[in-house]
This record gives sequence, C-alpha cells and structure tokens, in this order.
Amino acid sequence: MKRVFAALAAALLCASGGAAGSLPGVDQALVESDAMPPKLSAFGLFRGNDPGQPATGVGYTLRAPLFSDYTDKQRFISIPAAKKAKVAADGSVEFPVGTVLVKSFGWADVNGGRAVETRLLIHRAAGWVALPYIWDADGKDATLALGGRRVPVTFKSPDGETHSIRYAVPNKNQCKECHSLNGAIVPIGPKARNFILDPAVSEKVRGLYFENPAALKPVMPQWDDPKAGSVETRARAYLDVNCAHCHNPAGSASNSGLFLRWTDDPTGVNYGIGKRPTAAGRGSGGMEFAIAPGDPDHSFLIYRLESTDPGIAMPEVGRSTVHKEGAALLRQWIAEMPKE
Amino acid sequence: MRFHGLSHHAATLCIVAALAAQPAAAKVISVSATTPDANEKLQEALILAEPGDTVQLGAGTWTLTDGLSLDVANVTLRGAGAGEGGSILDFTGQQGAGEGLLVTSDDVLLTEFAVLNTKGDGIKSKGADRIVYHKLRVEWTAGPKATNGAYGIYPVESTDVLIDSAYVRGASDAGIYVGQSKNIVVRDSVATENVAGIEIENSYDADVHDNVATKNTGGILVFDLPSLPMQGGHNVRVFENVVNDNSTPNFAPKGNIVASVPTGTGVLVMANRNVEIFDNVFDQNGTANVMIVGYRYEHKDPKYQPLPRAIVVRGNQHGKAGYAPQFPGGDQIAAAMGGGIPPILWDGAGDAIVLDPVGVLSLNLPDVKTPQSEAKPAPADLSKGAPPAALPAITLPESMEAKVK
Repeated sequence: MKRVFAALAAALLCASGGAAGSLPGVDQALVESDAMPPKLSAFGLFRGNDPGQPATGVGYTLRAPLFSDYTDKQRFISIPAAKKAKVAADGSVEFPVGTVLVKSFGWADVNGGRAVETRLLIHRAAGWVALPYIWDADGKDATLALGGRRVPVTFKSPDGETHSIRYAVPNKNQCKECHSLNGAIVPIGPKARNFILDPAVSEKVRGLYFENPAALKPVMPQWDDPKAGSVETRARAYLDVNCAHCHNPAGSASNSGLFLRWTDDPTGVNYGIGKRPTAAGRGSGGMEFAIAPGDPDHSFLIYRLESTDPGIAMPEVGRSTVHKEGAALLRQWIAEMPKE
Repeated sequence: MRFHGLSHHAATLCIVAALAAQPAAAKVISVSATTPDANEKLQEALILAEPGDTVQLGAGTWTLTDGLSLDVANVTLRGAGAGEGGSILDFTGQQGAGEGLLVTSDDVLLTEFAVLNTKGDGIKSKGADRIVYHKLRVEWTAGPKATNGAYGIYPVESTDVLIDSAYVRGASDAGIYVGQSKNIVVRDSVATENVAGIEIENSYDADVHDNVATKNTGGILVFDLPSLPMQGGHNVRVFENVVNDNSTPNFAPKGNIVASVPTGTGVLVMANRNVEIFDNVFDQNGTANVMIVGYRYEHKDPKYQPLPRAIVVRGNQHGKAGYAPQFPGGDQIAAAMGGGIPPILWDGAGDAIVLDPVGVLSLNLPDVKTPQSEAKPAPADLSKGAPPAALPAITLPESMEAKVK
C-alpha cells in the first residue's frame, strides 16, 4: 500500500499547480456520459494504464475494509476540477457528479502483484454506476465484464496457507447488491467513520478535494489492531463494513431484520443477540440464534462466516474463502459476551 | 442508454426484431443454452435489457455456476417451457450467490422455465412490485433433503405479487414463500415434498386459492414473526385448495420456524389476524387439517402481537385427519381420545370461529407463555361467535393479469 501512496504523491506532485481534479488524461466527458466503454483505458484514469499509477486524484484506505478473498486493494478517488466532496452531518460523504471511486484488486503472489480487476463507481447525473473491469492477460488494459466472471487464482493468505479458488469478479448487478440503499447505488467504504485519506497528502491538497476535510475523523478502530480498540469495538467495525452494507433497514438484507451498522444498538435483538433465523434456511446450521452470547459455536452468524457453501455463506457475494482472522475476532467477541 | 463498442457482446446475444405489439423500442434478446460462457452471456443479457424487452431463454439444460440477477424494470424472462425439453436452469454445480435468480426491479414477468438444485433459494424477488411468476418449476430433484435450499419461489418486500401455475418441490423451508409483502395472489400452483408447501409470512392481503399442497410436512402456512421490519400479518384468504397427504417428515434445519411444524399439518395459522380458510378439500393430514396457534417462543419485541385473532374456518371438506399427531404429547392425547384427534387443532390462544361440522381440539393454553407441557386438551365448540365481515377478494393491477392471459 505504501507503494500506491508513493505513486499517488508523485502523481500529485506532477499536478504542480495543485488544482484538484482531472489531468488531461481523464476523459471527464466520458465519465459523466451514459457510456460503458469496453476498455478501461478509455477513461484515462491511470498513467501508462498501470493501476498502481493513478493519473489524478487522491488515495485512501479504510479502518476496516470489506474482505474480498485476501485481495490487496488499491483505492483512489478522482474528483472533477473545481468540485469538492463534502462530509455530511451523518458522516456520509457527498461526492460531486463526475467523481470516480477506483478500486483495483490483486494479490502480491498472483501475476507478479498486478491487479486482476478494477472496479469503478462513477457518480453520474442520474446516480452512481458500478462497472467491473478485468485486466487482460497482457496486463496492458482491462475489459468490461458486465456479466461478471470467475478467474482461477492461487495465492497464499497471511497465515501461509495456499488457496486455489475461482475468484468471482462480481457482475454489474452484484455490485449493486452490496452498494444499495433504497434501491439506488451508493459507495460503501468512504464514510467519515472509516475513511483515511492518504497521509502523504498535504492539508492544502485535502482542502482541494474536500470542503471540510477536518470532518474526516475515523471513529471506528483499525479492526485488526488490538491496540486500537476493544474486541467489541473492533468486531463492530468489522460488522459495519463487511455486513451492514446489506444488513441495514434500506439495504439488500432489510427483510432479515438483522441490522449491523456501527450506529445500531449492539445489545438489541436486531443486532443478532438472541435473534432467531428469519430466512436463513440451512444457513442456520441447526442453531437457534444468530448470536448466542458466550457461545460462538452455537451462533449461526459465525457458522455462516466460516462457510463457503453458497447456500450458507455470508456475505452472499464477493467471497470464496473464509476470512479466518475476521471470524476469529467475531468468535472472541461472542465468547466474551456474558451468557444470558 | 448508449453503449460504446459493445458489438462483441451484442453479436453473441443475437438481437432479433421487435414484436409489432410492443413499443417500438422493445426487443427480444435471445440467449442459447449452448453458447460458450452461457452463464456470463445470460447475465449480460439481463443487464443490457431495457424496459419493455424480453430475454428469451433457449431450450435445453443450462449448466450454471453463479446466481443470475435482473435489476431492469418491465422486463420479461421467458423460456421454452418448464418441463422436459424446456429451458432448464441447472444450478447443481452452483459456486456463488444466495439464490439461482434474483429480481430487484418492478413489473417483471418470469415464465416458462425451470430452476433446479440451487444451493440457496430458487428464485427470489425483493422490492420487486407487480412481479408475475407464471408457469415455472423450481425443484430440488433428489426430493426432500436438509441440504436443499430454503425457499423455491421467494418474493419479499413487494407490493402486488402474482404466483400462477408454478410447481415447487423439495424446498427445505417453504416451496412458495411470500414474505413482508402486500396484495398477493398464489393460485393454480402445486407444492409438493417441501417442508412448507406455501407460506404467507408477515404479509397483508393475500388470496391463496386453487392450489394443490400435497406430501409436504405442512401444506399451507400463514405466519407472523417478531423482530422484522414488517409484521402484523392480516387479511389472508386460503380457499378452494386441495391440501392432502402432507406426510413428509420435517427436514428443515433446526432453528428455523418451520422446523417446528408437525408432520401431517394441512393449514397452519400462527399469530395473524383475519384469516379465512374456506371451501378447501382436506384429506390424509395425520396431525390436523387445520391448526391455529399463537407464537409460543421467547421474543423481545414489544410491538409484536403473538395471538391468532379473528380466524374463520368454514365450508371445508374434511377427509381423514388427526390419526398420527406429531406434536409433543400428541400420541398420548390421541390414545386418550380413542386413537385420533379431531381434524382441527387450536392451542387455545387468541380467537377463532369454526363453522365446519367437525370436532375441534383445544389445548387450552390461552397464554402463549405457558409451556405446551401444561396443555389441558379438551374438545371445544368455536361455532358460536359472530364471524367478522368477510374479506374482499384481492384485485391485482390489470397489467399483471394481462401477462398471464
């Protein structure tokens, strides 16, 4: 990730005037049109079409990222010149029309670390549009994959285990399944509570991209740093990012009645404590409760996180491996809850 | 919409001339089961379809590994038939997604195809108003197994739902499940060898009629559950159905509410108000033809109403029932009553009117907090009260009925 920040910093230095927004490379008219170009290069978002070298914009990371089969993600935002994003009172970020959120996915030990896919979330006049691109075999450009695709990959997770999976690049609709609020597409990660702008970027440059950059105060702890917060707060940060994009009253899992936002009451039945299955089917694993305090082995929330069977696994899309470290954190959180 | 250079996609989709009767822009996008990358091409067609379009599934077996989804309003997904020789979407090798097909847009017609052996639900529609499911088959072909997906046909959070002429077999929860929806018709369909044949849950205003619910664990269920965004289920009419031989041992994963349905249940009403059960033909339901109960589990929802209220049972034909009651203590009660219990079973909670000339057994447990072990079973006469005003028939928008004519 440091490499990305360095590249971004270099890119920003090149934009010596310091003006936020598009270098000549970005085809802003295309960004703001209805088009779905078959090749990613058409947008001009990268230097030399290298996803590690954004042509413009500012990089960011998240306190708790969405788990995607142990991919490393490189993220940046392109905001059109003379426009600024604004942090709203509720901590959501309002990006202007013409903004592109760019996220490239890869593994250090696959294709020499080159990205496998790049997803764009484009804010157009009619709303956000999600477009998935898969990098071509020669790595020179990426091709639109509206229908999604499975890409066979073999990689090692941080614990040294080798995984051979058919990694699922989501189709355009699956992008929306997660990025959905009241039926419209919205960004997931960039919320003030979770969002960290590239620390290499100066205050001045932040001010070019955000009306109120001081409002970007992440209150959620780094999910995997025990020094950053209690097990409970880190578990809640993890649930917020990995589950609450669907599990909220306006999301794809609204009918479940299980709501896992950072702002939801973590003691309530709607947070899963003592909550019986609604439409879980065999996702219940024969258990009575999503979360049985003190008893992770009888909490089907854990059962579903630790499964890769499509009829059981949660989240329903975007995961072909078990996130052992995430599941371990949630196991510890439930184990430490007093039994009722 | 303008598509830059999508010709290589379009070439594989074979866009044919629009039908004269449809708006000028409407087109038929045909996809073949034998196209290389058929899964991706079909998904692409469902994404590129525009309102008014039909996506036409070729005949044959589609071997699919990933769930499909449709998010464009007013699209028809049409196959060449739901039976043999039709369009068979086979998910036996499914690797991803919680269902075979997910619809999240309004005014969609799904017709003339089959969905087989999905890992999770068969066809789900969420927030999809005026959806029409017509002449479909959703089946787990090995029959009842706990490893089958939960719901066959699964509309949820929708207004105006029509399920017409569907066949659903093998669901480990409910074959046809309508949840948290309003203005619903389920008709002329067959549900067999599911845990629940047809289930209307946390929903308002439904007509379930002219269906066959046979060889399920429970035939037709009308439920209301706590701690959900939409609850207070009411105004459901279950009529002119054949509900017989619901004898399949319960194979639902434990924990799910349907895992508590006794084998041999015909119609089961739990915690709803204004439910009418009339003119049905019941036979060979070993526990009961009709069961009316409160929600007797612990819950923490102060807004939830756990009692069945204003339930009306009238004009039904009762064949053999109650000869093998599968609820705890049922066999002892049956033995004490001479080998069987009456065809209508009430736990004693809430209120109901039974005008059918058959016996009613009450467990006399008016308080849902009283454990079932304290049941004091005795015959009850529920024919005396004044029935509430009859519910009106459900009317669906004409645009929906036109799609199935």
